[in-house]
Amino acid sequence: MPKFKKNSNTSEDIPTAALPDIIFMLLFFFMVTTVMRETDIMVKQKIPRATQLTKIERKSLVSYIYVGEPKNVVLYGSEPKIQINDVFITEEDIIGFVNTEKDKLDEVERDQITMSMKVDVDVKMGIVSDVQQELRKANALKILYSTIKKVTK
Amino acid sequence: MPRGKRKLPEVSSGSMADIAFLLLIFFLVTTTIANDKGILLRLPPPPDPLQEQLDIKIPDRNIFTILANSKDQLLVEGEPFDGSMDELKDDVKKFILNFGKPTPEGIEIYNSLPPQMKAFVNANGRNPESSDDPTSLKSIVSFKSARGTSYDLYVGILDAMNAAYNEVYASRVGITTEEWLSLDRSNSLQKDMYNRGRNGIPRAISIAEPD
Repeated sequence: MPKFKKNSNTSEDIPTAALPDIIFMLLFFFMVTTVMRETDIMVKQKIPRATQLTKIERKSLVSYIYVGEPKNVVLYGSEPKIQINDVFITEEDIIGFVNTEKDKLDEVERDQITMSMKVDVDVKMGIVSDVQQELRKANALKILYSTIKKVTK
Repeated sequence: MPRGKRKLPEVSSGSMADIAFLLLIFFLVTTTIANDKGILLRLPPPPDPLQEQLDIKIPDRNIFTILANSKDQLLVEGEPFDGSMDELKDDVKKFILNFGKPTPEGIEIYNSLPPQMKAFVNANGRNPESSDDPTSLKSIVSFKSARGTSYDLYVGILDAMNAAYNEVYASRVGITTEEWLSLDRSNSLQKDMYNRGRNGIPRAISIAEPD
């Protein structure tokens, strides 16, 4: 015997009239924050984690260099490669790349060009240091090792 | 008018939520929130072949050496190191704030430190075998990796070295490291704090070319 009498005069439905509005709000949020990828990254990119992150102040001064093992191992082999824009390059081409990137900037800002290195965790230092030596020769001295925030205990 | 009120045609809006959902899911999937954060490093300018190499002698006690080999093993100040990156950070911090044989500028910096940092120096530092003071060329943190060192370890060590400096800077102005990292330099008040934190203690991190 049920001791508790169910007295349900109140309606139990959650009003769903506002649901489309909520969804639209979320939709607009994602539409605004979305950045469509301009370049197709052809190397593996598992970015290392670190704690001491600095934020780039001026995004227009940043150029990206991707280093990692090619995703298409059959075509490009499993040795780590350097990618800029949409192509694989060798170390010798870096100076040329830096110079074209510098030409896009104002003359006064050329020394402040920041090279963001997006390097896969499995890469060895050899290739990274080769890239750095070339960057030194090209006089692009500001480097940002792209990392993700590490969650500390 | 003989005709009655004409019924307005209605578009059914029942599927509106579905359409919105569909779009939402599309944008959810394609979104990559831009990650533009990382560890900044300033490379030394390229060697000038016309200029003669300056040979500045820096005593060993003023250099904190970290070596990494291709098996990702570490040698810190000549001894094998297998502790965590946190311990490495603490070692670097003790090295920076050693004040073993301070120069007049070093003494000035020591006097400007907040009391708890002075206590830290007196408890952990004052070692004559370690750095003289934190001013330029008197304490240098040097890191050399091998070509086979993993990039992961490299970033980890760079992170630890930067963490040590940031901790020193942050506690000088009495804020946490997190707050220090989020200082906005376009704001004059925060920029002033930033400059006060860094004043006299350069971030002397030297990355040697791997061989």
